[in-house]
Amino acid sequence: MNKAKSSIWVFGDYRNYFQNRVTLQLLARAREMAPRIGAEVCAVIFGHDLDEYVGEYIAHGAEKVYALDHPDMAEYRVGPYVTLMTAAVRKYEPEIILVGATDFGREFAPRVAKRLRTGLTADCIGLEINDDGLMVQTAPSFGGNLLADIVTPEARPQMATVRPGTFQELPHDYEASGEVIRLPLPDDLPRPRVRLISAERLPQREQRLEDAKIVICGGRGMGSKTKFKKLFELARLTDGEVGATRPVVHSRWSDPDTLIGQAGRHVSPQILFSFGISGAIQHTAAINDADFIIAVNKNPNAAMMKLADLAIVADANQFCSALIRALKARIRD
Amino acid sequence: MLKLIVCIKQVPMVSELPWDSRTGTLKREMADGMINPACKHALEAALQLRHRYGAHITALTMGPPMAQECLHEAIAMGADRGILMTDRRMAGADTLITSFTLARAIEKACPDFDLVLCGCHTSDSETAQVGPQLAEELDVAGVTYAEHMEVHGRTLRMERESDDFLETLEMDLPGLVTVTTRKYTPRYAPLTGLYDAFDAPDILTLDADALGLDPKVIGMKASPTRILNVRSATAEKENIVLKGAVKRMINTLFHEFGDKISGAMGKDLKTHDHDDEEE
Repeated sequence: MNKAKSSIWVFGDYRNYFQNRVTLQLLARAREMAPRIGAEVCAVIFGHDLDEYVGEYIAHGAEKVYALDHPDMAEYRVGPYVTLMTAAVRKYEPEIILVGATDFGREFAPRVAKRLRTGLTADCIGLEINDDGLMVQTAPSFGGNLLADIVTPEARPQMATVRPGTFQELPHDYEASGEVIRLPLPDDLPRPRVRLISAERLPQREQRLEDAKIVICGGRGMGSKTKFKKLFELARLTDGEVGATRPVVHSRWSDPDTLIGQAGRHVSPQILFSFGISGAIQHTAAINDADFIIAVNKNPNAAMMKLADLAIVADANQFCSALIRALKARIRD
Repeated sequence: MLKLIVCIKQVPMVSELPWDSRTGTLKREMADGMINPACKHALEAALQLRHRYGAHITALTMGPPMAQECLHEAIAMGADRGILMTDRRMAGADTLITSFTLARAIEKACPDFDLVLCGCHTSDSETAQVGPQLAEELDVAGVTYAEHMEVHGRTLRMERESDDFLETLEMDLPGLVTVTTRKYTPRYAPLTGLYDAFDAPDILTLDADALGLDPKVIGMKASPTRILNVRSATAEKENIVLKGAVKRMINTLFHEFGDKISGAMGKDLKTHDHDDEEE
């Protein structure tokens, strides 16, 4: 029997389809990588009432969709999903598996990799095929201070979770056609060890900080609560949102909701202004998706200043006031 | 009494890490170690469970001999004992092999555990994979980002937020959770506690031989992933530094980056102000 064509699988994470289109983004990247290793691009999806998503995946680049559509699978549950995925991988032997770094993906992918005894690179922000035909997976570490290029030379499949927003989805192709392979629900699926008692969709969270194109983040270096308030004026002028570090929130200069950090919000603005922030890892981990960072700090050696695209050596409070004056003079009505 | 195991990791204190300005990289070897922040939340969760239900808490870490420091700190915070797995041959393990090795130590030193608690991620490698993989390796139920944990008999009930859902979950013990950093703010270790922890440490040290592990199945060599290279993310940035008079810097800011700022603001800006020439 001929060996089946190698394939790149994308896990179809559809539960938050309208908030999170990471599956479509991964399909697009898989389409770019596939010719380098002569692979076909497949989506894998478990759940119930899946036809709409199957169609979407084909329209966004999947040549083949493995779909297990069954009422018993209507809820996302890690245990059964891991069992189903592991069985499907053993049967069809994909070369590469890509999973979106959603909360579910981050729990699901490590367990699949464990059962398959293969490598998994977490939260990638870059994927390439190198000259040896291996997938080079670029993952941030140390709060985005370092980037590691990682490969899985021998174990298969090669697996990565990928941050939402890393790649651009392909335009919807109404002409696209793809093969759909229906997977049966096995009789011997073990009973899930974790019981879901209830699940309710959280009310649409105030997403303004996460969505803001300009984020103005202040730290202790702003000097005082009164001085910190200037950042809100700057935010009004720039149509931005104010974020804060943990010491600022602890000192009650700003609301806990504005905390940007590992335990708070993660932001990905076009421009991040950072005023008087030293750059502790818990903070910088949450800003490394910012396109352009302008940091203002008296200490040129602060970690935050090294992370910045533009590091301005100045007193944060004084510079903020001057920037507000300058903006007022320059904004064309 | 519940038997709890808290996995902790010593990580470098990056914010105080010296930078090599020539190469733009972190001088990692010069870093002081600290307990990974998220692991402290896991320990705090264990301490709160002990307060409510009674428990014996083992803090477990794998790392170089200096990682023993974080076990002292865990004991000062309230853990009953520490286990240090240290062996040069264990070094460089990826998450698959780390979780394998941790599981062998748990089976050796605490086989009748009820619950393993892990931090939800580390601040250095940030994979968030060891917890879920350790649950697989131990072949027990596992839940990530657990909060509001309650024990009812042999059942652990908890909540978590996952992908915009608020879930209530139950699992039978033994099990493993990774603990959210949102709900369990770690207590400070009192100074006297720190002294005591260093004076009379209840720490068990294990190496590969003590665990009966063939060196071929541990460490970097056994790990399926390979790091090709590590580079500074900041080295890819221009990292332009401005110094001097504030007004001059502001003018430069608008000259060089005014279009970028204006685009993000969605407002028109005069990037070339006639005032620019005044200085």
